[in-house]
Amino acid sequence: MNPVGLSTLYWKEVLRFLKVTVQTVLTPVITALLYLLVFAQVLEDHVEVYAGISYIVFLIPGLVMMSVIQNAFANSSSSLIQSKMVGNIVFLLLSPISPLEFFVAFVAAAVTRGLVVGLGVWLTALWFVDLPLAHPGWVLLFGVAGSAVLGAMGVVAGIWAEKFDQLAAFQNFIILPLSFLSGVFYSIESLPPVWREVSRFNPFFYMIDGFRYGFLGVSDISPWFSLGVSGLFLALVSAVCIRMLATGYRLRG
Amino acid sequence: MTSAISIRDVHKHYGSLHALDGVSFDIEEGEFFGLLGPNGAGKSTLIGILSGLVRATRGRAAILGHDVVKAYRRSRRLLGVVPQELVYDPFFTVREMLRLQSGYFGLGRANRSWIEELIETLDLADKADANLHDLSGGMKRRVLIAQALVHRPRVVVLDEPTAGVDVELRKALWHFTRKLHAEGHTIVLTTHYLEEAEALCDRIAILNHGRLQALECKEALLDRHPWRFIRLQFSQPVGELPEALQRIVVEKGERCVVLRMHKVEDQVGEILDRFRAAGLHVVDLSTREPGLEEIFLEITGEGEAAS
Ligand SMILES: Nc1ncnc2c1ncn2[C@@H]1O[C@H](COP(=O)(O)OP(=O)(O)OP(=O)(O)O)[C@@H](O)[C@H]1O
Ligand SMILES: [Mg+2]
Repeated sequence: MNPVGLSTLYWKEVLRFLKVTVQTVLTPVITALLYLLVFAQVLEDHVEVYAGISYIVFLIPGLVMMSVIQNAFANSSSSLIQSKMVGNIVFLLLSPISPLEFFVAFVAAAVTRGLVVGLGVWLTALWFVDLPLAHPGWVLLFGVAGSAVLGAMGVVAGIWAEKFDQLAAFQNFIILPLSFLSGVFYSIESLPPVWREVSRFNPFFYMIDGFRYGFLGVSDISPWFSLGVSGLFLALVSAVCIRMLATGYRLRG
Repeated sequence: MTSAISIRDVHKHYGSLHALDGVSFDIEEGEFFGLLGPNGAGKSTLIGILSGLVRATRGRAAILGHDVVKAYRRSRRLLGVVPQELVYDPFFTVREMLRLQSGYFGLGRANRSWIEELIETLDLADKADANLHDLSGGMKRRVLIAQALVHRPRVVVLDEPTAGVDVELRKALWHFTRKLHAEGHTIVLTTHYLEEAEALCDRIAILNHGRLQALECKEALLDRHPWRFIRLQFSQPVGELPEALQRIVVEKGERCVVLRMHKVEDQVGEILDRFRAAGLHVVDLSTREPGLEEIFLEITGEGEAAS
């Protein structure tokens, strides 16, 4: 065990995003607010997803979660691809840090970034709208689970991608569709039956639904079930990721 | 006694390319060892395998008895590697980088005084809080060396530390590696400069096309090529030369000749006298030691046919 190594790597990854907070925290918060303004304006009068809950109140938890997961992904994936391109990944590879420690440090840093950005979006949104917070425990649980899943996916993508455009493809063809088609902007109950069924295979749907439950106290699916699915998915992605690290895939020539 | 480094039948294949093709040898503790070979010989690949940056296709390697794959934590703690490329993390300062690297090795605050000592010894004090991005190449090289030493490894491997470095820094690096060696570290150095290996190393291995071509103590290796080249420039055109001189001429131009002289048997003074006797006045003289390439041809036996 190398606990000092693990915590050092965690701090390094956190410092890396804290040194450029405009880009890593402020920009995503502003992006989320733009979404909020546009969608809330356009759709306010047309949609009511849950009885007695305005569309904007429905929308905000989804947007917060989307920011959380996208930034968690960005943190680990961009750090890894940069280190690989610049070559300074060798410093890490030369050290006695185990694959598991490597994984935990990167994912924990991604969770930290995700939660910091999520907190930013939430606090700013509070300024505009009165938001309920029914079960803070569930909010935190799904926030951590969601950003851990995406942090781990970011490690996988960062190891796999050999160029920035490959990483962009991973982001545009996997992460973005999964997060947009997960019910951030709508409830899947309002979809045609076919799409409703398809959505049930999207793990991001459960993360967002559970997260929203924490705020609103209502959801499409039981939060326990969503937690189970998210946990299972996290275990799966983690296993793939640790396996890649242990074999040295694309890191140790 | 366990060897500082042991390499057993190591192969590394990249597709059909055999970067390493069955290399085995040992380096004992306390040695100053030179790893030589032309570009693409496999030196960096071998160092990569020792440090875990590269996985061997076949074979085993160990640092002080600890297998580099099975016991990687121990082997990496015992090994410090200065990479060939000037890599750095543009997000951090020199001191931050050294502290991070120390942390990766599991060392906490107690190691800080050693980090400060390294900063002093490697002349980095002025730049300790400068971002790595803003450092000159030579400075970055020193930071790489400090990083490799941050966990006080017993075995230190430097992959071409003096490539593209000015004379002054080269001297400083020589001095520094000698000091490390004197303190009891095992040093492995790769270089393209034979004179460097000659000045520093006790034992030298020559690698070519992924195979070990020679592994000898320095003296034995240099004796394999006891020649030295001398280039003479004259004030007038060179005509016919006496047989005694013709024998050692390897190149002849309008007003110059290149001679291949035996280091022991041929006396420079005597030869210059003979040229003078032949009516030629030397206006310029330069000598060249045999390059690695020549020693190399000699070793592989291809040199015989050429000369
Ligand atoms: N990742 C890789 N993929 C494919 N081929 C590689 C890879 N790394 C090294 N090689 C090849 O392996 C051979 C040995 O390379 P290596 O870097 O070990 O040589 P070297 O002796 O260090 O050379 P130099 O003196 O130029 O640093 C070269 O032919 C190189 O092209
Ligand atoms: Mg090399």
